[in-house]
Amino acid sequence: MADAPLLELRGITKQFPGVLANDGVDFELAKGEVHALLGENGAGKSTLMNIVYGLYHPDEGEIRLNGQPVRIGSPRDAIDMGIGMVHQHFMLIPVMTVAENIVLANEPTKGPFLDLAGAEARVRELSTQFGLAVRPEARVASISVGMQQRAEILKALYRGAEILILDEPTAVLTPQEAGELFAIIRSLQADGRSIIFISHKLNEVLEIADRITVLRQGKRIDTVPGKGATKEGLARLMVGREVVLRVEKPPAQPGETLLEVEDLTVRDERDLEAVRGISFDVKAGEIVGIAGVDGNGQTELIDALTGLRRPSGGRILAAGEDITSASARECLDLGVGHIPEDRQVRGLVLDFTLAENLALHDFRKEPDSKWGWLYPKRLVQRAGRLLKEFDVRGGRPQTLAAALSGGNQQKVVVAREVSRDPRILIAAQPTRGLDVGAIEFVHRRLVQERDEGRAILLVSFELDEILSLSDRILVLYEGRIVGEYPPGVSEEELGIAMTGGTRKAA
Amino acid sequence: MTTAPSEPGDPRATVTAWFSSRVGGILVPLAATTLAFLIGGLVVAVTGHNPLTAYKAIFEGTGLNWFFPWVSGEAREGAANDLQQTLILMTPLVLTGLAVAFAFRCGLFNIGGQGQYWVGFFGALYIGTNLEGTPRPLHVLLALLAGILAGALWGGIAGLLKATVGAHEVITTIMLNWIAIFGGSYLVEIGGPLQGRQPSIPRSDDVFPSAELWPIWGSLPSLHAGLFIALFALVVYYILLNRTTLGYEVRAVGFNPEAARYGGISVAKNYFLALAISGAFAGLAGSVDLLGFKGGVSTGDFPTNLIAFTGIAVALLGRNKAIGILFAALLFAALEVGTSTRQLDPEVFEPELATDLATMIQALVIFFVGAEFLILYAWRARRFIGGGQPRIQPELEQ
Repeated sequence: MADAPLLELRGITKQFPGVLANDGVDFELAKGEVHALLGENGAGKSTLMNIVYGLYHPDEGEIRLNGQPVRIGSPRDAIDMGIGMVHQHFMLIPVMTVAENIVLANEPTKGPFLDLAGAEARVRELSTQFGLAVRPEARVASISVGMQQRAEILKALYRGAEILILDEPTAVLTPQEAGELFAIIRSLQADGRSIIFISHKLNEVLEIADRITVLRQGKRIDTVPGKGATKEGLARLMVGREVVLRVEKPPAQPGETLLEVEDLTVRDERDLEAVRGISFDVKAGEIVGIAGVDGNGQTELIDALTGLRRPSGGRILAAGEDITSASARECLDLGVGHIPEDRQVRGLVLDFTLAENLALHDFRKEPDSKWGWLYPKRLVQRAGRLLKEFDVRGGRPQTLAAALSGGNQQKVVVAREVSRDPRILIAAQPTRGLDVGAIEFVHRRLVQERDEGRAILLVSFELDEILSLSDRILVLYEGRIVGEYPPGVSEEELGIAMTGGTRKAA
Repeated sequence: MTTAPSEPGDPRATVTAWFSSRVGGILVPLAATTLAFLIGGLVVAVTGHNPLTAYKAIFEGTGLNWFFPWVSGEAREGAANDLQQTLILMTPLVLTGLAVAFAFRCGLFNIGGQGQYWVGFFGALYIGTNLEGTPRPLHVLLALLAGILAGALWGGIAGLLKATVGAHEVITTIMLNWIAIFGGSYLVEIGGPLQGRQPSIPRSDDVFPSAELWPIWGSLPSLHAGLFIALFALVVYYILLNRTTLGYEVRAVGFNPEAARYGGISVAKNYFLALAISGAFAGLAGSVDLLGFKGGVSTGDFPTNLIAFTGIAVALLGRNKAIGILFAALLFAALEVGTSTRQLDPEVFEPELATDLATMIQALVIFFVGAEFLILYAWRARRFIGGGQPRIQPELEQ
């Protein structure tokens, strides 16, 4: 790199009311490089890239492109300079086709008319060049999230992006789609394009990045080469302290069987069998992990176990009691705790205060209420205690749940479920969207709960999580359990089973 | 985007959140009302009148100038009369406003207040025109209870349909409105089952004096004890929502039915209860009107009475909060009384125009309150562009 870097940021500072989002950040991107921007949620990664894309203006600092200082006043300027950005939330118009979306604001014309055929041809050309499989004529509303993302990337390429910024691109993808995305990134790189990859996931960054810049609380902490970087090292840079990635846990000491599932079948909304006759059990003091790609019956299984969906066949026993057709409330009262898949949809009433949210399962009982009379002060007292115990930051009992960060929201959910002293705890995607520090907290807590003798069923799409927490691993594929593995199993073997590669008897 | 630069814990963000949740709650209705009156003023100016004089005359027509200590003598007596009318009208508006608001808090839109009002009205009428010789407090109490129950029943039908087969409450409550209106009209028309002793008049009998609410102020007609009932209902509404498990459930379902279900709350049960309670408030409105000053009902009353529709406006402007509903009901009652033919000097502003003006201002208020999301959107967009993550900060509890 004898020449000036392609893109160079010097001392970028951006102040928001009450928060210094970027504090004198330096960053450089070489031509043909994949440069990862790593940091926890709120570290200032997106702010920095929004500045590069012209959405924000820096308070201080300088941006140089090919050594020349530039002022990027708007996304339009950025596009003209060859900078493209794919946001985490896609900016596509659902009712229009992929091709129409891609050429939007830059439509090829034939005379006064839109040249849709020409647009589709151009899109096809780009799409084959970089292995970005899309159907140009398909409506955006009807295609998968992965394809929508490819359409976004194509849009940027169509506009002539030499620098492509990808903001947390894998957050919405399945593991397979993520793999495809990485292949696309490599082919773009081979073509000489430069990529900035925003992420808080260590695995991905290590896999794809040539260089890694770590941000923490708005400051650039370090820039390290991808080769030779370790997860532990990066996590330390990100969080600012030693982080235990591999959960330390003594061997499980399974006790009596607490959760027993026999030949369970569950139908989904379309009345199709989503869970097809599965049997397993979870004993006190062990964590059983259910691995699998999203959409293989996990949601339906969890709903059936927690009384939110009635099974169409089979039996569920919780500590010997039949809960096959129990209501959600009965399940709760029988000691089945549930950390739901989506804390914002199901786990929390975002417009409720933390105190109210923490009472979601117990508000009918003393001391929260008596004879239908609620005691808000008692809710607040309990919340105060729990928020402290579970180290929830950024909120007091009267704060609305919506005002907390994702990690702290999840801590509230965990606090509520664990504090009820359930015998069985069903944890669905308990660390989805959380950053390293919060993941560590949740993982440690789950192991601690295991050691206190609870039966824990962990359902996760993150293989890492399954592998590091589970004492036994079941693989769910198309509604069936296709294998049971000990915790030492390799990621590859699990991966193959998850995609239906093997079919070992459970 | 996951920028989230403002850490929720930082004190300035918290203060901003507090400000926008507390003050923002008042700000939007105030802004909406001010805008509506400004535009109304423009229209007055276009018709060749002085908006300030017109508004002054309307204000004096509401009787609210009674509160000014310097108004004395004859003017004060006139103001007292006007104020009584305003408060008489405010009473059912508070109650129908509560009916709409309670359902709203459960995520339901109860447009059936008018039907529930009439069914409640007839419940009270039935007791009020029977049971002669019952001691007054008991007779009043029984008539009110009958009205509440009848209203709850009418609302409950829509609730039951929603809870069991998922029929949309907007559709069912509208249909139930028409059933109540035509049914009521049938009951008192000539030859109808509840037509009164005057054979040629399509009107019910009046309730016995022992079922009438006590007059508390003035005489034409006098302000009645229903005002206290409405104020009491406001307190009941607040307590029910915030101090009972029922209210907790209703609010949880209203904010997030999926989370409520996960919390072991029956969404269907709460839909039913919310609409039944909603109907009870509207039924009480009908009973209070009957026992307070109407006495009975004629077929001609049905098409002209829109009190529960104004109640929707009251709930919207009052943002479903007890205190907001009180002031919104006062505003709409005052507006109606102040522009009524009886109050306004034709020299200043033609009463016909004034009535239209009142309707227009009402509509504008609703429009601007409804456009709140536009205002908030603009506000967030401003922060976003000016630098700052738009933070959604929904209002705090009731």
